[in-house]
Formats: sequence, C-alpha cells, structure tokens
Amino acid sequence: MRFGLVVNPVAGLGGRAGLKGSDGADVQARARALGAVPRAGERAALALAELRSRLGPAVEVRTADGAMGADAVRAAGLVPVVVCLPGDPTTGADTRAAAAALAPQVDLLLFAGGDGTARDVLDAVGDTVPVLGVPTGVKMHSAVFAVHPRAAGEVAALFAAGAGTRPAEVMDLDEDAVREGRVSARLYGHMAVPDVPVRVQQRKMGGSVTSPSSVAGIAAELAGRAGPSGLLVLGPGGTMRAVAAALGADVPVMGVNVLRDGRPVAVDVASAALEKLVRSSPAWLAVTPIGGQGFLLGRGNQQISPDVVRAVGRDRLAVVATEAKLAGLGGRPLLVDTGDEDLDDELRGHVPVLTGHGRVAMYPVH
Amino acid sequence: MKTDRSPVSTADAVIGPKPPLRRFHQASWDEPLLFELGSPGERGVLVPEPEVPLDDTLPDGLRRAEPPALPEISQLHVLRHYLRLSQENLGADLNIDVGQGTCTMKYSPKVNDRFARDPRVADLHPLQDERTVQGVLEIVHRLEGLLKEISGMDRFSLQPGAGSAAIYANVSMIRAYFAARGEPERDEVITTIFSHPSNAACAKTAGFKVITLYPDADGYPDIEALKAAAGPRTAALLITNPEDTGIFNPRIEEFVRIVHEAGGLCAYDQANANGILGITRARDAGFDLCHFNLHKTFSTPHACGGPGAGACGVTAELAPFLPAPTVEFDGERYYLDDDRPQSVGKTRPFHGVVPNLVRAYAWIMSLGADGLREAAEVAVLNNNYLMAKVLEIPGVSAPYAAGRRRIEQVRYSWERLAEETGVHSEDIGLRAADFGTHYWTSHHPFVVPEPMTLEPTESYSKADLDEYAAILAEVAREAREEPETVRTAPHRSTVHRAREDVLDDPATWSVTWRAYRRKVLGG
Amino acid sequence: MGVHPYIPNSVPAVKAEMLAAVGAADVAEFYADVPESIRLGRPLDMPPPLRSEAALVRHVGGLLAGNTGTGEALSFLGAGCYRHHVPAVVDEVINRSEFLTAYAGEPYEDHGRFQALWEYQSLMGELLEMDVVNVPVYDGYQASATALRMAGRITGARRLLLVTAVAADKLSKIDDYVRPVHDVVVVPVDASTGLVDLAAVRAELAAGDVAAVYAEAPSASGIIDPALTSLAGLAHGAGALFVAGCNPISLGVVAPPAAYGADIACGEIQPLGVHMAYGGLSGGFIATRDEERFVAEFPSRLFGLAPTGVEGEYGFGDVAYDRTSFALREEGKEWVGTAAALNGITAGVYLALMGPQGMREIGETIMANTRYALDRLAAVPGVQAPYAAAPHFADLTLRFTGSRTSAEVNDALLEHGIFGGAVLSGTDALYCVTEVHTKDEIDRLADTLEEIVK
Repeated sequence: MRFGLVVNPVAGLGGRAGLKGSDGADVQARARALGAVPRAGERAALALAELRSRLGPAVEVRTADGAMGADAVRAAGLVPVVVCLPGDPTTGADTRAAAAALAPQVDLLLFAGGDGTARDVLDAVGDTVPVLGVPTGVKMHSAVFAVHPRAAGEVAALFAAGAGTRPAEVMDLDEDAVREGRVSARLYGHMAVPDVPVRVQQRKMGGSVTSPSSVAGIAAELAGRAGPSGLLVLGPGGTMRAVAAALGADVPVMGVNVLRDGRPVAVDVASAALEKLVRSSPAWLAVTPIGGQGFLLGRGNQQISPDVVRAVGRDRLAVVATEAKLAGLGGRPLLVDTGDEDLDDELRGHVPVLTGHGRVAMYPVH
Repeated sequence: MKTDRSPVSTADAVIGPKPPLRRFHQASWDEPLLFELGSPGERGVLVPEPEVPLDDTLPDGLRRAEPPALPEISQLHVLRHYLRLSQENLGADLNIDVGQGTCTMKYSPKVNDRFARDPRVADLHPLQDERTVQGVLEIVHRLEGLLKEISGMDRFSLQPGAGSAAIYANVSMIRAYFAARGEPERDEVITTIFSHPSNAACAKTAGFKVITLYPDADGYPDIEALKAAAGPRTAALLITNPEDTGIFNPRIEEFVRIVHEAGGLCAYDQANANGILGITRARDAGFDLCHFNLHKTFSTPHACGGPGAGACGVTAELAPFLPAPTVEFDGERYYLDDDRPQSVGKTRPFHGVVPNLVRAYAWIMSLGADGLREAAEVAVLNNNYLMAKVLEIPGVSAPYAAGRRRIEQVRYSWERLAEETGVHSEDIGLRAADFGTHYWTSHHPFVVPEPMTLEPTESYSKADLDEYAAILAEVAREAREEPETVRTAPHRSTVHRAREDVLDDPATWSVTWRAYRRKVLGG
Repeated sequence: MGVHPYIPNSVPAVKAEMLAAVGAADVAEFYADVPESIRLGRPLDMPPPLRSEAALVRHVGGLLAGNTGTGEALSFLGAGCYRHHVPAVVDEVINRSEFLTAYAGEPYEDHGRFQALWEYQSLMGELLEMDVVNVPVYDGYQASATALRMAGRITGARRLLLVTAVAADKLSKIDDYVRPVHDVVVVPVDASTGLVDLAAVRAELAAGDVAAVYAEAPSASGIIDPALTSLAGLAHGAGALFVAGCNPISLGVVAPPAAYGADIACGEIQPLGVHMAYGGLSGGFIATRDEERFVAEFPSRLFGLAPTGVEGEYGFGDVAYDRTSFALREEGKEWVGTAAALNGITAGVYLALMGPQGMREIGETIMANTRYALDRLAAVPGVQAPYAAAPHFADLTLRFTGSRTSAEVNDALLEHGIFGGAVLSGTDALYCVTEVHTKDEIDRLADTLEEIVK
C-alpha cells in the first residue's frame, strides 16, 4: 500500500485572519500581513503520525518536496519519497501538478487543504485514485474530508486494511459572495474516498435495538410511493445512488436520474428535459441534503428547477436522509435556495425527512 | 522459632498506602469450551429410571436417529467450568456499575433473592387453583397498588417480560383503543431521538409509521417539529423524560396538550424513573399510559440481560385494553380476571416474571414513600456530583443545556479528546475494564459523538464516584501521553480484543460449536 | 428518613459535602426544570416501610404462607409450564451474583456470560441439529411469533397456517404480534383423533400466499403427530417455510424438527432446568440453518466465536450485528432488549449436566410415564383419553364423561391434595406427567379419580 500526500501550505490562512477562505494570492498576502501562520503542514503531519502509529514506520509516502509534503512526512517521523519539485509560492497549479504526478503511483492520495484544494485535486485526478482530505482549510463543505487530521490517519489505516470506497461530494463556495455575507455553495463534482462507515461503536453491546433505518428501507418506501408505473426522480448524491442501487439500478452519482419500476428511464437529465418528463407522467421527486451545509435544493442540483418542483407537486417531494446524516448536521436546519422566493417559502418550515421504511424525522427547513 | 536474627522493626511491618487506583486484574482461567471437557461415558446427573414399560408409539421418522452430540462431563467439572466463567464476569455486585447509563444499575438486595427462590414462589405452577396461590396474587395486587400511587395511573398490568415488552403492550393498547373508537386512520407514532429506541422499534413492529423529533438548540425536543407532526393521523406520542441526556423537558405538559388536541394519546417511557420517584408522576403531566422497568428503578437484578420485568400503567379509559388476566380482589380473596373482551390479550405466557414482581414489591416496602424519594434525590445528587468531577477532565463535555443540572444520568461526549488524540470513547471504555469497571457506548444513532452515558444511582457511595472519576481521568491522561495503551486495551481483563471481521463474514461466523466445527475446522 | 442500608450517601454529612462540592444548597436545585404544575407536592401515599430486614422477612414470609408449592402437593399440571427436577448444580451456578447482577457488558469484562451464552447456543444447536441458535428471547410465545415474522420477511407472503393444536394464550400472543403484516389461519385438527388434517392443510396451501406452515411437537395436546414428517414437503411445494415448535426436553428421544425438514425451529426452554416460578421464568429459542437469508432476519442477538490477539484464546461478539442493512424488504427487525439471558445460561448448565445419555433417558422416562398415565387413567370408568392412540409427550388430554365437569373434578382432587390438569372445556382437561412422577403417584391419581367420577 502506497500513500501519496499533497499539502496546500497556504490553506487555512484566511480563516485564521477572519477572511473566510484563502483563494487568491492577494487574500493570502493579506492573511500573512494580519499575522496568520500556515498550519496545513502541521495538520498533515498529525494525520501521518496517526498513520505511522497504526501501520509502523515503514509506511511509504510519496509526495512533493518541501512545504507541499516532504516536510510534513519528515515531521511525522517517516521518510518521504519525493516525486516532484514545486515552485514557490505555491498556487493551485502546483497542487494540480503534484496530484497528477502522484495519482498513478499511489493507492490512496491524501491531501491537506480546504475546499479549494479539493477542487484542484479533483481537476487533476478525477476518480482515477481514491483520495482523502486532511482538513486544514477554512471551508469544509466537501464530503471528502475526514472530521479531523487524526481521523484522516485512522481512516487511511483502515483503508490499507481493506476498506472499499464510496463517492463523496466536492463542494465549493464562491468566496467573494461569502465575504459579502452571502452563502453560495455548489456541487463541483465527486471523488472516491475510503468507505469507513460511521464507527458502529460497541457493536458487541447492542443492549437496545438494531437500527431500523437504512438506505434499503428508504428505497422500499420511495418505490412504494411511486408505484410500478410512476416516475421516481432521484437527485444527485451518494445516498440517492445507493437508493437506486437498492432498487436494482446503476446510475451515475452526479446528476439527476429518473427511474420507473426500478429501471432508469433518464440518466443525468437536464432541467428542461426533466420538466417535460415529469409533466408527462405522475412522479415522485426525492432529494437529499448535499454536503455539509444541508442544502436540499439550489446547490448541486439546479437541474431540479422551481418549475420541475411545481410540476411534480410540493406534496410529492420527498426529502431523504439517513439518521446519521441528520445527526451530522448537529441541529442545523436544512436549507433551500431555488431562486424562486415563493417556492422557497412554501418549502420552509418543518418537513418530514424520510429516514427508513415507515420512518421519518420532522426536521426544520430554512 | 529462630532467635539468631536481628529483631524486625515495626517500621518494616508497616504496609504502605494503596496507590490512587487499584491494581486490578480480572480472573482469566483460559477456560476451554464445554465441548472440550469430559470424556465419553461421564455423567453430570442421573435421571429417574422408568418404573413402567417404555413407550414405542413414535414412528421411525419422528424418533431421534443419533444421540445429540452434547458433551459428557462429570458433575464437579460442570460446576467448576461455570464457576470459572462466573469469575470472568463483572456483576454489578462487584464493580462500580455506573457506566451502563440508561440501565439504572443499582443494588439488588440479597434478601429479596431469598424471597424469589422460596419454594412457595419458585415451585408454583401458573395454573394452580387460586386458593393455593393467594399469597402470590396478593403480592401482585399490592405491587399494582404501589405502582398506581407512584405513577398516578389507574390500573397496571405486570405481565410484560421487560421494558421493551411493556412498550409493545402499550403500543398494542393504543392500536386497540383507536380500533375500538373507529379511528384506524391514526397510524402514526411520534417519538424523539433521545427517547429509548425501543419506542420507535416497538411502534414499527406494531405497524405504526414513526416520526422522530430532533433536539432544538437547547437540547429539548423541538416543539415546533411536534406541532408540525401532530395531526389527524397521530395515534400517540411515545416519549422519555428526562431523556437519555439526563435533561428534564420542562415543557412536557405542552407536549402532551399538543398531542391530545390532535386527538392522540401520550405514553410516558418511565424505564428510568429513578430520579423522579415521589417528585413528579406520569398522570400529573397528563399522560394516558406509562411503563416501568422493574429491573431498573425497582432494583430487580439484570441477570446478564434478563429476565427483567415490565409494568404498564394506564388511565381508566384505557384499562379495558390491558393484557389479560388482571389480578383482582373481591374483599375476601384474590383472583385472576380473564373476562376482558377488549383486552389486547397475552403479552407473554401466564402472569409475568413473578420472582421479580416479588423482589420489586419487597424493595418498595423496604423503603416506603420517604425512602423512594430519598433514593431519587440521592441518585440525582450522585449524578450531579459525578458530572462535576467528570467535566473537570480535559476533553470531555456534556452536550446540550450547558450549565444546567441533570436528573439521574448524563450523556457525555469525548469528542474533543478523540480529536486531540485519536482515541475513541469505545477505547476508553475498554481501558476502564483494566481498572475493574467499564462503560458502554452503544447509543444509536450517534447524535452525541463519542458518547459515554453515566448513571450513578443511589447505590454508589461518594468514594465509589471519586474512584470512577479518577479512573476516567487516568485513562484520559493515558490517551494523551500513551495512546497505544488505551487503543489496545484491555490488558488486565479476561481476554483480549477479538477479530470482529470474523463475526461479519457468513463464511466464518460461528454461532454454535457445530458451525465452528463445520466451517472453520472443516469437519 | 434515616440512613438506609441501600443508600450510602443518605448519611447527612456526606450529602452536605457533596452538595457543597457542586455548589448546590439543596437537592431541590437539581429539579429546577420540573415545573411546579406537575410536581406531586405531597408524600406518596404508601404503607409504612419495613426498614429492618427482619421485619421485611416477617411480612413477605407471611404473604408467601398463602401459597402451596407443587412440592407440597401432587401436581399434574403442565400445559406450557413443566415441573422437572432442577439439579442442585444448576441453582448453584445461576445464583452466583456475578451472573445474576451483571448486565449486557462487553465481551472483555463480562467474558464469562458471553462464553456461557455461546455454549448455550451450541448445546441447543446439537440438540436441534441446527447451526444457528439465538440468545433467548422472552419466552416460547415470543419465539413462535418472531419465527413466524421471520418466515414472513423471507417469503414475502401474508398467510400463516397453524396446523397442530396451539394453546389459546399462545395463539392470542401470535395473533397480536403478527397482525400488522400477517393473517393467521388456524387449520383445525381432526376432532376425533386430535391429529393434523392434512387435506385441510393442502386446501389452505392451494389458496396461496402462505408464508409458513406452523406445527408443534408435541402439540398443545401433548401429541407428537405422525403427519409432521409430511409438512415440510407440503410447505415447500407451496413456496412456504415450515416453522416447527418443539419441547427441547423431548429431543433425546423425539427427532428434532430439522430432521423432518423444518426451516425454523422454535420453542420454550423452561423445561431445561428453569424453575416454574408461577410461570414467571421462561426463555424462547429460535434456530435455523446457517444461511445468510435466515441469519439476516433474526431480530435477536447471536453470539459468535472469534480469535483474539492471543493464540488459543476464545473471543466472543455479536454476529452480523448490523443486520438491518441486509434485506430490501425492511420492516424493522422487531426489537431487542432485556429478555431472558440468565434462563439461557440455566438451560446450558442443565444440558451440560444431562449430556446425551441423560437427555435420552429423561425423554424415555417421560414418554413411558405419559403412556402409562394414558392407559391407566383411561381405564378409570368415566374417564376417557380420546387421542390416546397417538404418540404423546408429557401432556395428555382426559375427558370426563360422568356428571362432573373437569373443573369440578379439580375441586374434588384438591381436597385430596392433588392438582388436577388444566381445564380445556367442561369435559376435557390437559393432565401432565414428567420424570418426577412415580408409578405410585399416577396410580394414586387414578384411584382418586375413580372415587370422584363414579
């Protein structure tokens, strides 16, 4: 098992300085001027130290030279194999170049940075190699990051022990918009990350009950609602793809897909075609919160336009999430921003979120 | 006696102080499996020889062909095997069992075991003539009376086998109630994420759809979500209070009112009533049904996971639906009333877990009204005392309702320690086993990350609580300074960590010796 | 309220010290969230407590004196709860406080209970000739109800055919438990023989949508029905599963359900060394073949054996704990909670003591006594054993043809210190003998009946 590492040394600068992101050389310069110290290397080293403690000092890590990786590898007590020499100061182009060079040589590519770094890595490697983000940046809307640096090391070690992969969302914010007080996240794409489920702690214990919520239960519930002749429109996201799989259909994780009786009738369909389809036949529309912000509509699934929602009918829109995903929101509401204020108002309030067969959570939407 | 040695000074005879934490090591007999003991022909016990001719009416297809491949072991060796296994078990009598939060581990008085084992309980057949069982019927009837007063409810059934069975009986009664009222469209049950998951599971099993409420920012169930959920399809609210977080929901009457106004019933999960005995009652908050776990609040032993005992209480309006039979008293004699046409029927064979009903009755009678309230207040004092000690440990927190007191338990989070050290709550619980105690962390779904739920009932002394907190503090220190020690624990327990992957693979999981022989040993 | 022996911190000085440590003036502060409107505001209205242990023993002892145990009488009661000899070693083990007071625990600090319960599963597996046996559920009723819902989830069909005599109370429990998803169809047995009506079973199977054919051996009438060997073929031919209840103490002699094709075996473990306790102690077993489609449907815990980091060390844990993700036809796998673990350990100790010889001998003795009782009692004028031609185990039906009802017969027997059988109807009662009955005792019952019913 070979690991790769790319560090975006300037990731996290903006956050320290209260600048909401670090994109752009001028922002970085302002951050440094405000006294910010790069921490990405430190956090990458923490992840590698965890990996080392689990797999031993012989772990092979291929990386870029200097602050883009080798320093962190050494700080973790490991010997780096340096495969590329970046320029300085580092830019998104350096991240992309290093990731592209490492991808064919490693089994898992770790990268330390934020959403912008994730976007660069996605551009460079696509889904050619499993990746895992070590969180260091300001914005953590993408689902490709471990919850903290040590957890990244832990997940990497579990991947080496044989865990599979799952698609995870890469999100990005328009940082200018955030600095102006607006939140505007969008789904940028998907990468494959190690599939280490939420730790089912104390599996030996189980004095209470086995979990009755599952993707399969959600799938059965949706199939029952749509019926054999109705359309089932599934929004993007890993949960929806798993729902499709439970119904026997293999659909891409990106894009909006339409099933009838478990068979795909339209894949990665665009807004206009989708609207036409749902006007032609009774349909159920299922969407799941995207990324860490809890966006239901308006981010990453713009194909599901206000007209599509109206055509399907408000009462035939099913919000879907596993209990673990809802729990992960930590009490924050789900969000809608379809661009149609009237529709958004209709969607707001407490909605039933389907968490299993015959099971819903009553959850706020803002 | 030797006289040629120099005299020993008394200073040499002084035994030094004990270290702050005990140097525990659990028994580890490295005991073989039963199937590896004994030899062909050995006997553990002999059975009466038939005095009459053997029966030969079984046809061949129904006569066992080969004797079962049970082990053959002499009596002492069977006894020794199980005594060794018993020593490899930490019963609540042996350890500071505050870590099984939500389970209300408390002292189960030995004198009550004596009653339960009395032949006038143990050797009673459930279908004996009522004239020969007046004593046990009177105990059940009296116990019902005590529980009625403790809850404010009008009638109880003591038939359910444990807490979940009592919840299921309550859900069955709710179903029967709406069927009798001609409202079968009421097919939804509302519960909260911090109510015991058996509420959702039992409702689901009984055919209801389940709606779950998440906590609001203060940690209370979201009342706006309840308003959105309650309606013409609402059959019932099933709710715990205090919830598993230990937080008492101060708006509970409003919750009950909202559901009542929607035409639904309210059932109070009082599995953990320990902290509110004599303080507040289910009926006083307007509930229509409630249940107790007698093996929690009322001290009957947990018995490795049962038998426990459950009790469900209802208002007079719901009493016709109670499981049958009920125990009645006509002023002269106690009797079983099976003539209950609207009853949901039997929840289990016969009349409930009678030995535990006897134990629970004796426990309540040994304490009385003042004693029950004292038990509640001391349990709550213990909990808040322990919370103060635990929250001094860096890396642990008590999510929700910051700064507020808790009732009889707290759901803590080790999230900060885990982020800092990579050591998880599960690891910490296993390391605690090296000090002669433990805690559990199975709190699905994991709304509170890295959870630990501690419930120090009235049975534990201040010294116990100090020791428990000191163990946690020490393990947290280790997590920072020598994480491997924690991550690979236990080290001083009976066994080491097992290969869990073996248990998940159909090719290797072995639920029985015969499966292990066939699949793993290959024959 | 003085200091109570069960509440160490009821000592006022300790309480004060702890209150001071948390900065509270009074325990009332801890209840600040409890609104005044729902506070009780008065002491509970209860009898005065019996604070000394001696007073408590006197009080409870006085109540228990109102009971007459089966050891003090001659009892012929069975009907789902059986009096067998409980070996002394069984009581010695299960009264150990390490077992009695433990809860679920971890396989690490409570290794003993995991091993004891895994061994219970294994001993039952040998007896049942099945590879998968659960940690006990509450009781045999629950085991049957759950086994039938498992069959329903596996087949996706709706109807459940109950083809042997099933006790009325058990039927009530099954009906309540399966109601949301199944229809229970009771196929009456032949009234003259008490045996399965195979033609009626075929007709119901032909009607379709059958999830399971359910039979018991022995049936609620004590009959081991020769038709049992036909049921697996009939059920499977209709796409249904064959679910069979059985009495485990019979299995040293009677073939286990797996031997005649059952897919799921289930039943009650009380006969295996568990005291009757007024019907209060019980445990249910469910057993299947080791196939994923069965294992996935168990709602209860299954302990498994696994290696640890140390050579030769046995570790234990839950098998396929996250079972809900297996099946698409998710209906919630019922629920798991505190059930009957200690009774499972009890049955394990019992089977370990009995061994293969003991189980064969006890089965033979009980069947011999049952046959003797059938013949001897049916010979009493005014008493018939209507189903006597069929093989029986422990329970047997008697019919009183004289002027006295079966309940009146019981009243008269009680005056002679005898507990008669469970009343089934005005004329019929279910009597029971086990290995603890001697020939003399059965003769005494016959002689007494002869006086009563003539």
